[in-house]
Amino acid sequence: MADNALFQFLLRMGDNSLILGHRVSEWCGHSPVLEEDIALANTALDLIGQTQFWLGLAGEVEGKGRSADDLAFLRDAWDYRNVLLCELPNGDFGQTLMRQFLYDAWASVMMGRLMTSSDERVAAIAAKASKEVAYHVERSGDTVVGLGDGTEESHARMQAALDYLWPYVGEMFDSDEVDAAMVKAGIAPDPAGLREEYDALVGKVLGQATLTIPTDTFHHKGGRTGYMHTEHLGHLLCSMQWLQRAYPGATW
Amino acid sequence: MYAQMITAEASDEDPKLLEEFQARIDRDEKIEPKDWMPMAYRKTLIRQIGQHAHSEVVGQLPEGNWITRAPTLERKAILLAKVQDEAGHGLYLYSAAETLGVSRDELVELLHEGKMKYSSIFNYPTLNWADIGAVGWLVDGAAIVNQVALQRTSYGPYSRAMIRICKEESFHARQGYHAIMQMAFGTPAQKAMAQDAVNRLWFPAIMMFGPSDSESVHSEQSMTWKIKVRSNDDLRQQFVDQTVPQIEYLGLDLPDPGIKWNEERGHYDYSDPDWSEFFNVIKGKGPCNVDRLNDRTNAWEDGAWVRDGLLAHGRKKAAARTAAE
Repeated sequence: MADNALFQFLLRMGDNSLILGHRVSEWCGHSPVLEEDIALANTALDLIGQTQFWLGLAGEVEGKGRSADDLAFLRDAWDYRNVLLCELPNGDFGQTLMRQFLYDAWASVMMGRLMTSSDERVAAIAAKASKEVAYHVERSGDTVVGLGDGTEESHARMQAALDYLWPYVGEMFDSDEVDAAMVKAGIAPDPAGLREEYDALVGKVLGQATLTIPTDTFHHKGGRTGYMHTEHLGHLLCSMQWLQRAYPGATW
Repeated sequence: MYAQMITAEASDEDPKLLEEFQARIDRDEKIEPKDWMPMAYRKTLIRQIGQHAHSEVVGQLPEGNWITRAPTLERKAILLAKVQDEAGHGLYLYSAAETLGVSRDELVELLHEGKMKYSSIFNYPTLNWADIGAVGWLVDGAAIVNQVALQRTSYGPYSRAMIRICKEESFHARQGYHAIMQMAFGTPAQKAMAQDAVNRLWFPAIMMFGPSDSESVHSEQSMTWKIKVRSNDDLRQQFVDQTVPQIEYLGLDLPDPGIKWNEERGHYDYSDPDWSEFFNVIKGKGPCNVDRLNDRTNAWEDGAWVRDGLLAHGRKKAAARTAAE
């Protein structure tokens, strides 16, 4: 059970960065200004890099000879363990950056905790990722503030993005038996324990952005357990996995 | 500013200044932004550097077309890094153009109005994964041949931008060749994709050097000013000579039956591309012209609220700082 729990935990980490990285990469060549094209490609690149580490370790822990690529390109939607937030469509640039900020804020708290993991491999990946994540949250946070506190239109768009995305935030703090096993082994923190730090960070930035956090505490779930993803994930996988599925066994 | 410049007449320029300028060029001195230069020299550079910058930006699109379908995590990361580099080249080049007195926004507007061009190669589609290898190997390979020559161009900022860009482009070309090697030496289906890519991209790639010297409208004056330092045909021949053995190494069929080693010349002979196709693409009738330009103008228009929002926020912050002082 311990190894399977660790495997599930690693899939959750790797699938988050893979699916979000993929979404961000969809922007290539279409962003509002050249500097943003560069920044989005850079963010996607960091996330794909983190994926290689998390899923690489997941394959190793599973012990069935599956590589990071096997896990990325040859699992179907129900085997994916990312939170729903990561698979939601890009929408406009504001929705993409709001989604990024809500994720980056979580990742910045999470990586900080994982750096003291009892599993050295996990700690090492987190240490590397934490530097990237610190930069990501600063950038996405600044952009959320700039657009939230910009023009009337940009404010309205950012508030709409926050209203749409907020019901997907809670899933990042859900706990189950996988998390309990990680806590017991000292590998990872209880997600619920990250919420206070997260709320402080997010509250501060959204306050500066003059945006209002919805008061409804309901949240969607089903991504990190794989029980029920959104309809969006299947389409994403169709594109992402197409070559590997159409030409099995080829080396690229 | 730019609009005024392009209508300005150069006829009243001081012949003495013109003569001194040409003497500097002839001594291989670099011309720097604050130096006097003929209006036509400035205009030619703005056109050429602006077009080059636009090519880097539009060039993101055919490669971006495959980022979401890259077959492995590593290939996806390599492609993302490459496209990010191209956008970065766009930035340096717009900055180089700005030293001539034209803003990036003005240049972008001219592109969107169809008054400035970008490299015709980006009006061809990327249809299978091997195209991504072929773009790196053939397209960036052709660009490098051209850009290595441009490192010696007479305008300082352009020359320095080229030196920096060439380093990254060489890396891209090697990565591209590696990617297509995997395909050519892979399964029969992969090899077929590689062959298809080479067949489709060969002529567009050799057209990147522009029409034959006798047909090229901009060549002669540009050579005199050393904006251009080698002729289109020269550069094309160099590219053909270096690329044919690479195609043979891959075990692929040559994309042009006219390719043949010419002992006497010490070069490969090759067929002239269909220049009517080239001129059609230049006129907007390539397979992707309309879509490429729509993608760029839509991105610009859809992003207006973002640029306006960030500028408004910047003004508020500046006002708050002033009020606090």
